Amino acid sequence: MTDQRPIHSAVLVKQVPDTHNVTGEVMTKDGTMNRGALPAIFNPEDLNALEMALDIKERTGGTVTVITMGPPKAANILRDCLFRGADRVILLTDRKFAGADTLATSYVLQCAVQKAGPFDLVLCGRQAIDGDTAQVGPQTAEKLGIPQITYAETIIEITSTHVTAERALDSGSEIVRCTMPVLLTVVSSANTPRPASVRRQMERKLAAVPSEYAAIRAQWPEFESDEALDAFLTKRGLKIPVWTAEDIGATEGSIGLAGSPTQVHKVNFVVLESTESKTIAPTAEAIKAMIAELVHEYIVG
Amino acid sequence: MSEKQSIWVFIEHTDGVIADVSLELTGKARELGDQLGFEVVGLLCGHEVDPLAQDVIAHGADRVLLADHEELALYRTLPYARVAIEEARKRKPEIFLIGGTPNGRDFAPRVASALRCGLTADCTDLQIGDYYVKKEDKTYKDLLFQIRPAFGGNLIATIVNPHTRPQMATVREGVMRKPAADAARVGVVEKIAPVFEPGDLVLQVLSRQVRKSTIKLKDAPVIVAGGAGVETADEFALLRELANLLGGEVGASRAAVDAGLIDRAHQVGQTGTTVRPRLYIAAGISGAIQHRAGMDQSSKIIAINTDPNAPMFQIAHYRIVGDVGEVLPLIIKTLRERSMDQREAE
Repeated sequence: MTDQRPIHSAVLVKQVPDTHNVTGEVMTKDGTMNRGALPAIFNPEDLNALEMALDIKERTGGTVTVITMGPPKAANILRDCLFRGADRVILLTDRKFAGADTLATSYVLQCAVQKAGPFDLVLCGRQAIDGDTAQVGPQTAEKLGIPQITYAETIIEITSTHVTAERALDSGSEIVRCTMPVLLTVVSSANTPRPASVRRQMERKLAAVPSEYAAIRAQWPEFESDEALDAFLTKRGLKIPVWTAEDIGATEGSIGLAGSPTQVHKVNFVVLESTESKTIAPTAEAIKAMIAELVHEYIVG
Repeated sequence: MSEKQSIWVFIEHTDGVIADVSLELTGKARELGDQLGFEVVGLLCGHEVDPLAQDVIAHGADRVLLADHEELALYRTLPYARVAIEEARKRKPEIFLIGGTPNGRDFAPRVASALRCGLTADCTDLQIGDYYVKKEDKTYKDLLFQIRPAFGGNLIATIVNPHTRPQMATVREGVMRKPAADAARVGVVEKIAPVFEPGDLVLQVLSRQVRKSTIKLKDAPVIVAGGAGVETADEFALLRELANLLGGEVGASRAAVDAGLIDRAHQVGQTGTTVRPRLYIAAGISGAIQHRAGMDQSSKIIAINTDPNAPMFQIAHYRIVGDVGEVLPLIIKTLRERSMDQREAE
């Protein structure tokens, strides 16, 4: 494109419990869940969104800013973003954010994107594996007052004003062209996320939020005080900014539990109905008898 | 405008045919509407789609809001959302149900955000009930109970929206049963004339390719499904062989899809297809609730797993503790021998 200009992207990411790998140790004897036993991971499709943003930046120039809302330990995935090539990362953390449903979450993200921006593109994963709702992307777009392209798989063209993208749908695909700014939600088939670069890992390994300073100083005693470490990190652009509800100007009634129209009425542990069942030995005779029974009941023709 | 409280259903359609999920939800809305004394309203956006309105009525709607406009010819988020948001603000529906299709999942959160109301994704059941809020010492009567597996599927959560309207929920295709059409049913078709702003039309659809699905999981009489316990492509080929022998289809758990062993179109479960076959063979599927929610209505279930504690065994009619790679060939051999015996007998 002759009229190409730098494209500035925001990527919204989430740290999630690894619900895909629920193992025996995670379930307690009474059928409840030991959440602490689940490792926290980078939501997989958010990595695809980051990769798409980094790829666009390589084609057009510009910047990639990553924003996450979560507890202080979500700084882990922000460091990962820095290692993979993000220019800037921001952690949104505040006790007041707790208990947010997708509507309250999208409001916080809207406030943060508006404070950190302006951006040409806002990208996020199609959905997070801990809820699979796919709601936060479109809700954030609506609050930002910008259009949305969900299920984005390929960026076909990007100009100074428009983006053309292919959407991957269950029933086929669709090519759409839209003005910027626009929010895209990215599917896992979009790309293969690049790994962290070793060079950046070396350069940025100390990147931290202030609540991690004590742990860093335990490992690097040459920093005599939190202030000294803070000055060191700030100078090198390695201090990960932490924004609270107040910092982003979020209205209290719209965040956290109070800002969430959905309420959990009750939670039932899954009680499996015991069906009349037979144990079949994995032998030819036993299986033959089982098939005969199914034939007799007209289950198998 | 009707004064009666209402339940809305978003009517999706492609090439002049209404999506099954929209008719399934119309049927569910009819049930809930009868229980609550509410009107059932289908929201039908499109261009030259008048003939579809009667189909919506035949499946249980009392009224169809028909927005006909050339800008609505193909689904696009902003024009469709504009119609829904403006009409919902005017008419204040109590409940709004949307199919959990890609476009339904694009549309519903956009609308919910604009209306500042709650939305629950991929419900596996919808009921009506009362909800007591201790803090307010108040009981909210006749709320929509939006029931879905949560947190990795180890829990079933009932979600309610006591303070905001409409109460919005998406439901995947196949979860609710499609009612029989009653061509004699009478309803009102009310035309609405949408007005768009330039900002609604900033996205153009340049092309659309519809892939005709070759697999018909939902209607398959037999499904042979594989999960994490099916580790190789060779073992997956056994599933295909067995499915072919039984005249069925191959299904999969999310684990198998994520591992790249099979296309997502084969996924059974809350975020895939809900099925009710005559026979469901779960090979190497541990049985997370999201998967079970999509198949536990099967008439007979055979579970094969090396782990005797796999939850799938608790809903199975036949439990086979063993390796998929060994058990499947035994079943295949037995079936082949049977068909040979039959041929000889003829």
